[in-house]
Amino acid sequence: MGLTASAEHRTVEYVPESQEGWVATRLDFLVNWGRANSLWPMPFGTACCAIEFMATAASDFDLARFGMERMSYSPRQADVLICAGRVPFKLAPIIRRIWEQMPQPKWCISMGACASTGGMFDNYAVVQGIDTIIPVDVYVPGCPPRPEGLIYGIRMLQEKVKNERMSDSRTRDEIEPDPSSQLYIPPSMIDELGEPFGNSVNQTRSGL
Amino acid sequence: MSRFEVVRTGASASGGQPVTQKNPPHRGGEANPSAKALQDKFSSAIMRVEVIWGETIVYIDPTAVHEAIRWLHDDPSQRYDFLSDVTAVEYRDAGSPIEVVWHLRSLPYRRFLRIKSQLEKGAPLEVDSVYDIYRSADWLERECYDMFGIRFTGHPDLRRLLMWESYKEGYPLRKDFPLRGRFSRSEQLRQALAQNPEARYSMEELTIADAFTDLPPDMRERLNKGERTGE
Repeated sequence: MGLTASAEHRTVEYVPESQEGWVATRLDFLVNWGRANSLWPMPFGTACCAIEFMATAASDFDLARFGMERMSYSPRQADVLICAGRVPFKLAPIIRRIWEQMPQPKWCISMGACASTGGMFDNYAVVQGIDTIIPVDVYVPGCPPRPEGLIYGIRMLQEKVKNERMSDSRTRDEIEPDPSSQLYIPPSMIDELGEPFGNSVNQTRSGL
Repeated sequence: MSRFEVVRTGASASGGQPVTQKNPPHRGGEANPSAKALQDKFSSAIMRVEVIWGETIVYIDPTAVHEAIRWLHDDPSQRYDFLSDVTAVEYRDAGSPIEVVWHLRSLPYRRFLRIKSQLEKGAPLEVDSVYDIYRSADWLERECYDMFGIRFTGHPDLRRLLMWESYKEGYPLRKDFPLRGRFSRSEQLRQALAQNPEARYSMEELTIADAFTDLPPDMRERLNKGERTGE
């Protein structure tokens, strides 16, 4: 099943004759293994990069191999925001709000030159890199990137997820925006709004 | 067969097919007969008529444009029933006026007519809206106002279309507008993030009555009070 830690992680010896039906592993490893292989993407496609993203999700490149075939069109159920394409200033508060609506743990991939730096659109209308609005984990270069490039970025993100420590809470720290701004939604209200659906970590709808 | 002849199809077909002009000359050539009709009807307001690459351009005085387009739309010999574009042109030469351009099409007569009107830069950039003639002028004129700052008098809801409503930097397609905007990047980002993304809806835009009852109660309350924007 692939549920074996690499050699440097000390695992309890498994003796089938005496311990039938038991598997021992690190909790960090198990949780990260689950998270990394079931990243649900929130596609934020605004331009030609989104076409490449669609090609990546289609059968030729088959994002389902990485547990990502389930596009989450609601940010409440998404794990990774994939921003594919340029973001004009008019969309800046919207992508910020979508990011705030996503439950923790969450990650972000900035796909393509425009999302990462503004690209060739160094003008009055385009945000010069979405990392001025939201934190970004992986930048995928290219104009647009080939599907292989995006998959490489996804594999890098999976490596990052697999190396996270649950005890290290700083990686999940969020700095709240100014409560006087209109973008601010208190986390309690975000939970209340998401309650009927749950998220990928906490599924309330299936009754589990 | 002339390009401007009426083509009938179906049972009333006379056997003629629409003619696409091949290799039109740069200047000159057969003018759209509507130009001659306009000159006969509004002699003093028609400044000049040009035919460039087979397309007819009529320059009309800004004060008479609305009346002329109304006539082109209503008169049974013209029947320009389709407004395909409203836009504007500013030339690099600072002294030349800004041109407002209307693209009209007559589906029954298979005619295309481009109307231009020159607005001097010193005076307020104002021209009559054709919204009461063509409803499609609504967003076209809003975009033109957004990008060039031309005010269409008589437009029912003239506000920005592409940029957000609290955009303070001016009119981006004007020649004196710097490519990267007037403010610093951080100030632009701060102002952009300060807009309220949910405040774009007005009661005029929510034309489907059912959608109103599906809105969250707080938004319904705000819209009922006539609120347009939270800015």
